[in-house]
Amino acid sequence: MSAPMVEITLTVNGEKTAARIEARKTLVDFLREDLFLTGSHVGCEHGVCGACTVRVDGEIVRGCLMLAAQCDGAKIETIEGLSDSGEVADLQKAFEERNALQCGYCTPGMLAAAQDLLKRNRKPTREEIREHISGNYCRCTGYHAIVDAVEAVAQARSGK
Amino acid sequence: MKPAPFAYARAKTVKDAVALLGKHKDARLLAGGQSLIATLNMRLSAPSLLIDINRIPGLDGIKLSKGFVEIGALARHTQVERSEVVAKHSPLIARAMPHIAHPAIRNRGTFGGSIAFADPAAELPACLLALGGEIEITGPKGKRKVKADAFFKDLFETAIGPRDVLTLVRIPAATKDTRTGFAELARRHGDYAIVGLAATAKATGKGLKDVRLAYFGVGATPIRAKKAEALLAAGKIDEAANAVAKELDPSDDVQATAKVKKHLAGVLLKRVAAQLMEPRS
Repeated sequence: MSAPMVEITLTVNGEKTAARIEARKTLVDFLREDLFLTGSHVGCEHGVCGACTVRVDGEIVRGCLMLAAQCDGAKIETIEGLSDSGEVADLQKAFEERNALQCGYCTPGMLAAAQDLLKRNRKPTREEIREHISGNYCRCTGYHAIVDAVEAVAQARSGK
Repeated sequence: MKPAPFAYARAKTVKDAVALLGKHKDARLLAGGQSLIATLNMRLSAPSLLIDINRIPGLDGIKLSKGFVEIGALARHTQVERSEVVAKHSPLIARAMPHIAHPAIRNRGTFGGSIAFADPAAELPACLLALGGEIEITGPKGKRKVKADAFFKDLFETAIGPRDVLTLVRIPAATKDTRTGFAELARRHGDYAIVGLAATAKATGKGLKDVRLAYFGVGATPIRAKKAEALLAAGKIDEAANAVAKELDPSDDVQATAKVKKHLAGVLLKRVAAQLMEPRS
């Protein structure tokens, strides 16, 4: 039996694209294997680790818990898009300066989650930062440096 | 892992979804997909067809109607969390929302999906039971309503039949004398609870009446602790906490032993009792 296929048209990082994909393909696999946008990582594949976090129509989602077939007409933003537009440039710099990453596997998802928080809450407490990134696993840093980096950017952005 | 192959269809209406369920015996409805796609990825489930109901219009509304808060099946958790109607008229749901998973999951997961899936450790089924809510189900013969007390049957089993779609959840709106409490213990914020408790009551001026305690994570379904409810209404908090340990019959699981769960259920009862006694702000 040939696998059922679905046709989709969507916008990824500002570029319109059309594709014919297997119905079972997850969004993150589509981004990585079909569009070669390998910044979004595949970790646990069941929604626990957050390495595949991307933005769909402005809201962060798990790329492994959404099918590409569901994204017809959607606007997707990956770490490549967030990075190229400069939207997370200050977060990236702060992560680097504070050693908020070692292997970097969780970083694209962590940046997307951090940016999502800072968009809604200009001055989050450390507790709120921890809560917001609680769905993103990091096995290297122990999180302190990540919380430091996000807090520093929040302070810088609110002019403090 | 990757899912086994399946076909994909977008239902345009509820009728359409019900018809597709009738035609394909092992089809599954896809709402938020935050539990379903995980089970597909792990190959714990391999349906031949997914019926995507996300684009059915009119199923995601949240409104106050005739003394009830009505939440459409496709309302996302985030939408419920940010809803002014929910904040004002359903304080228990508002208390519970931040405990559900993580922001990226709350952005996709749906209110109706969580009730329909009925994970015994999930927050919303227990809240609905504590609130005495009502579930609207649409099937081949039209709509019917089921009370929360009769909805949760067994492990992942509800009153929803194989050709039914959960379409709406109705919750009695809070009144001035409504008191609510919610607490859960989880190893990490956003994880499924080891034990959790959702509660409602009416303040009488001197104490509480109509206490409803719905525990989750301690059985196959969310469970009411009726002896403890009566004791709490009589103002006997310590006795109620002791009664819970006898009344509940949890099994050991990967998170904790039955003994630990019983102890924690009593701890939560005291925390929630304190919330129920707080004057309503």
